[in-house]
Amino acid sequence: MRTRTPARIMLYVLLALAAVAFVFPFYFMIVGALQEDPTTTPAGMFPIGGWTLENFALIDERVPLLRALLNSVVFTLGVLLGTLTFGLCAGYALSRLHWRGRGVLFVVMLGVQMVPFQLLMIPLYVQVAGSYGLGDTFAGMILPFLINTTAVFIFRQFFLALPEEMFEAARIDGAGELRVLWSIAIPLVRPAVATVTLITFIGPWNEFLWPFLITKDATMQPLAVALANYISNIAQTVANPNGAILAGACALALPVVLLFCLFQKYFTASDIGAGVKG
Amino acid sequence: MTTPNTTRTAGVTNPTGAARPEGAEPGPRTGGSGASHGPLRRLLGAQPLGLGLSLPYILFLATVMAYPLGYAVYISFFDYVFTAPGMDMDHPFVGLENYRIALTDPRVLQSFGNIAVFLVINVPLTVILSMVFASALNSVTRWAAAFRVAFYVPYVTASVSLIGVWMLLFSQDGLVNTILGPLAPEPSWLVNDALAMPSIALFVTWKQLGFYILLFLAALQNVPGELYESASTDGAGILQRFRHITVPGLRATTMLVLILSIITGANLFTEPYLLTSGGGPDGASTSPVLMIYQKGIQQGNPDVASAIGVMLVILVGVLSLASTRLTKER
Repeated sequence: MRTRTPARIMLYVLLALAAVAFVFPFYFMIVGALQEDPTTTPAGMFPIGGWTLENFALIDERVPLLRALLNSVVFTLGVLLGTLTFGLCAGYALSRLHWRGRGVLFVVMLGVQMVPFQLLMIPLYVQVAGSYGLGDTFAGMILPFLINTTAVFIFRQFFLALPEEMFEAARIDGAGELRVLWSIAIPLVRPAVATVTLITFIGPWNEFLWPFLITKDATMQPLAVALANYISNIAQTVANPNGAILAGACALALPVVLLFCLFQKYFTASDIGAGVKG
Repeated sequence: MTTPNTTRTAGVTNPTGAARPEGAEPGPRTGGSGASHGPLRRLLGAQPLGLGLSLPYILFLATVMAYPLGYAVYISFFDYVFTAPGMDMDHPFVGLENYRIALTDPRVLQSFGNIAVFLVINVPLTVILSMVFASALNSVTRWAAAFRVAFYVPYVTASVSLIGVWMLLFSQDGLVNTILGPLAPEPSWLVNDALAMPSIALFVTWKQLGFYILLFLAALQNVPGELYESASTDGAGILQRFRHITVPGLRATTMLVLILSIITGANLFTEPYLLTSGGGPDGASTSPVLMIYQKGIQQGNPDVASAIGVMLVILVGVLSLASTRLTKER
């Protein structure tokens, strides 16, 4: 409304062009994965025949696709469970309870956001694979991601926004703090649970470096690691690996993309911004 | 689901309650008048249950963040090798020797140089493009949700997936070169030592942009619309309004985006490892984190790898500080 029409049209053209640039590789991925022989010519981008599911069978021969997907699911659900359980508790304690050390913990959390995982990579590897003997286990995979600090921030933010009177009333009625947390606070922050589920899911599902370090056994590798190994090692030895790579890429990408499209209204700027900024 | 259910409540209590028996018993006294717990309250605060509820998180931060952080710095000053579990080996103190080894290794220096190339391309592009697209998104009403989804989708997708696609797009006989025809670079993008790192920088900019657009969109909600209206009345064009209202209004977020994109860049690993098969050609796209992996885990020198990590973190700290000052003074 604020801008005149020509400027407005320009704006839509700019956004539409950018959107195509962002979505095109996904189109390329899906079309290529379903082609007998994915070509890389402009005309090949709009195939009229040669549709097949053979590529999925091909990648399944090289990496145990279902097993790898299952590993990804266990890894992701483990992280999700840890973050929701402990994150809700910590977020509630940080926002609604008065106890000694609360201020210190908050400052530590802000600091933690600054520590790059890559500096911790070597000592964590020594600890988890060496000292704890957790190499090639789900526990070893999950441990460094067990509680997502951004999620704790988001929960704290949401709990802080609730009116104190509701808590007072529940306490006067004789509810203990755990009862207040479970029956009053958590049901009121369901949108936060949805937001956190979405952003936490993205992390371990897409994570490559840590599971790559900690899993040497192919049957324990999540799909991101298995697919990466296929791309970097096996693909060169196969005659026409492109279709298989794209099929694997689809299998890895689609669950998150679908989840994101379904719940994208919970992927809101203010919540995640609040978490990142603390 | 909201009905109180004692067994489930107990399930939530368990991990924390075990450590703090007083907190495990739900009762009004934890939150209410705890006269009988006078000394305890003075020691732990009015609601000591908070400590119990936070305990798993505190333990997590201690074991997965604080301890490894200290250990990384410690290893970097000692002659350290991996040992089999249970074996005890001497780790003599060597002072700055690991840092000397790292700094005299041309491959390590090259990796830091590569990251400089990466940051010079990625950071300004990220800041400018995400600001422009966020403002554009903020001023359209139709299809806004569809555009947003399009921008965010690469961000939520696994790098490994998208790298698989980009490898095919940018390979020798890939779609990009087919379209460019005679204009295609020789050797091709990912195997060309002048273009490998810029290609990675473009990939990461494209993949991460949605997240930064999201941050800027949040910040734009706080820029008062009246400012735009009064500027329009005064005859300011779209570019003038962007420069004099949007850019200053987004200063705090710009700083955050700068710092986050520097951190993301410094953490670069998956892209050089996969997209340019291990930092090729001839080390032209290695990153410091790839060096940490190669030195620490492939070659068994965690001490030198830790020294590289410490230097990388110091560098990120300095760059973040510099960008903080830059955005403040403007």
